[in-house]
Amino acid sequence: MSTPAPAPAPATAAPDFRTEVRAWLDANCPESMRSPYRSEADVCWGGRGFVFHTEEQRRWLERMAGRGWTAPTWPRDYGGGGLGREEAKILKEELARIHARPPLMSFGISMLGPALLKFGTEEQKRQHLPPIVRGELRWAQGYSEPNAGSDLASLQARCEDRGDHFVLNGSKIWTSYGNYADWMFCLVRTDFESKKQEGISFVMFDMATPGVSTRPIRLISGKSPFTETFFEDVRVAKDQVIGGLNRGWTVAKYLLSHEREMIAGTGLSSAGSTPVSKTAVHLLDTENGVLRNSALRADIARFEMDERCLDLTIERARDEAQAGASLGAYASMFKYYGTELNMRRWELLMAIGGYDALAWEGGDGDAESTAQHWLRSKGNSIEGGTSEIQLNIVAKHILGLPG
Amino acid sequence: MVLVLNDEQTMLRDAARDFLGERAPVRHLRELRDHGAGTGYSRALWAEMADLGWTAILVPEAYGGLGYGYTGLGLVLEETGRTLTPSPLLGTALTAVAALNLGGSHAQCEAILPGIAAGERIVSLACDEASRHRPGQVATAARERAGGYLLSGRKIAVIDGQAADTFIVSAWTGGGLSLFLVPADAAGVTVEPCSVLDTHVAANVRFDRVDLDAVALLGPPDQGQGLLDRVLDVARIGVAAELLGLAQEAFERTVHYLKERKQFGVPIGSFQALQHRAAMLHAEIEMCKSVVLKALQQLDDGIADCAELASLAKSKVAATAHLAATEAIQMHGGIGMTDEFDIGFFLKRCRILETLYGDRHFHLDRYARARGY
Repeated sequence: MSTPAPAPAPATAAPDFRTEVRAWLDANCPESMRSPYRSEADVCWGGRGFVFHTEEQRRWLERMAGRGWTAPTWPRDYGGGGLGREEAKILKEELARIHARPPLMSFGISMLGPALLKFGTEEQKRQHLPPIVRGELRWAQGYSEPNAGSDLASLQARCEDRGDHFVLNGSKIWTSYGNYADWMFCLVRTDFESKKQEGISFVMFDMATPGVSTRPIRLISGKSPFTETFFEDVRVAKDQVIGGLNRGWTVAKYLLSHEREMIAGTGLSSAGSTPVSKTAVHLLDTENGVLRNSALRADIARFEMDERCLDLTIERARDEAQAGASLGAYASMFKYYGTELNMRRWELLMAIGGYDALAWEGGDGDAESTAQHWLRSKGNSIEGGTSEIQLNIVAKHILGLPG
Repeated sequence: MVLVLNDEQTMLRDAARDFLGERAPVRHLRELRDHGAGTGYSRALWAEMADLGWTAILVPEAYGGLGYGYTGLGLVLEETGRTLTPSPLLGTALTAVAALNLGGSHAQCEAILPGIAAGERIVSLACDEASRHRPGQVATAARERAGGYLLSGRKIAVIDGQAADTFIVSAWTGGGLSLFLVPADAAGVTVEPCSVLDTHVAANVRFDRVDLDAVALLGPPDQGQGLLDRVLDVARIGVAAELLGLAQEAFERTVHYLKERKQFGVPIGSFQALQHRAAMLHAEIEMCKSVVLKALQQLDDGIADCAELASLAKSKVAATAHLAATEAIQMHGGIGMTDEFDIGFFLKRCRILETLYGDRHFHLDRYARARGY
């Protein structure tokens, strides 16, 4: 071994930034925003028609958006925070430290934004990014169709060239909150002759355009977080194509990997949810601090170990990305692992709840019941690309297996 | 600390991989089994490892070492896990050095550490007595006598015990557990080597009224439980690192085989039934990489509260390596069952490491307790 010197201390971002963030959050994060969401109703989605539940919810969004911290790493030119990765990490840690809620949940930030930043024209970025940062427009994603689920590239929504504009006909399904969305980014077919991936374009349009309609889909959980979305002679402007005509598949794939990362994130313990073991200790018999039901205890421990491992792996992937590596290899794995974990979480909470967990209504105002969460979670391994599709991707693209 | 290796660590790992690939690939283990002298490891190879500085990685510079830290040694252990290379790295260079670093007096460190750094001494932890790991359950006792102790008892599964010149022995001392440094050639010490299923050698060691001076105490009397736990956590994380290397290598060999082996006119790796199992295993191994690196970094950061991470690492990586080794056999099919083919060695070594210092069930229970349930 070439005698190594002691490892140098890792480069730490300016402690000043942490101090500054902490002070700013102290002064600006309203008290009621310093606790995890109790239910879907606490989430701030923004958008034209959004009604803030409280004045503090509105203020929290405005203040964070004012600093661009709803999209911390986006360039300042487009309203973002302009933070480096290390600074963004500090901001995230400081937000977590005070249990601050996200000021805004936004598909514009988590999905469209990264695609616009990478593939959009300057005009497109200036038009769309700032309102996304401020939470003024709520976006929906138009990907799946009734006959294009796992086989997404076989999509049929027909977008025809009419000279100075396009006209779109067809339908989408599984549009998240399509009935609340102001704008849609959408995969459409613009070339009807070439191979299926090659005739797809990525377009954007206002959901208020004549000919767009939605119909909510009621799920087994009783909730309707998705819609079908119909297009009848919908006019789409020509400057609203991202990444070039018939090049939408590249944009879509890029965006899907972001979506997968986001979905994987929902399975994390650090997302502010109560540890499963805490709920178990609260509700079940213990003896000398140990759960009496040793089989259930083992299942919980195995789950919490895997949860911690995923947490650490996401941390490692981010650190590697910061050191210049690509996150691409991780996206499918995180989507698969994170969603399977979240489903295990709700299975365990149902097991811990016993008869009580069989109640349909939540006991706490508009909060969803454990059973409704559990039922909803069954979609986790389907939406955004099924677990099986993720495993196919890992097998073929990461492991290099044939076929 | 970021969960990424720095350049120096990457260089160390690559150098270890090159050396082991050339000097001690799996074939080396097979030769030891078939033609070795039953010593469990090659003294010549151990000398080469010492020349490379591996025995000195954890030893402080004041005692002739490099003071380079746990992460560095963990990376080397991970590589020895890939090649299944038998050596006293885990028992002596990691576990014994950690015990001295954490509990040794200046005189004890001065007496032992330079010899370890130079590759001249083998020191083995002797803490298990029953067939399942229970470090708190100790019948071995050290009775106080004027100016010292009389030690009696029996330890099993002592790693490299057949070659050790010194044992670190846990024993009751009236008010609690204590650790002792016991020379292997002291009167009353009997060592029975026993070969285990992967050709490594451990020993059962009997202590019959072994006369010890008070200076043989490692750390304060009656308070050895905490020190032992910390030393064991270091060892467990080291075992996890070795298992991680083993899991990766077994998996990579399997994926390679899936691409080569043809049935029904196509590579068997084109079958979705195998692809999905391989992809799931890949995900589990990625989880293990993160937890092992985190645990090693935590050791470097300060050992005091590594119990939770050590149990997490040991349990998770053992379960994953077990899956990797058993899937390796299944996916290799008939040839995986043959002695002529190397993949079976991975399953054997895996079983040993899984069992050592607490299996996944032991650590699952310990993890849950640490987390308050």
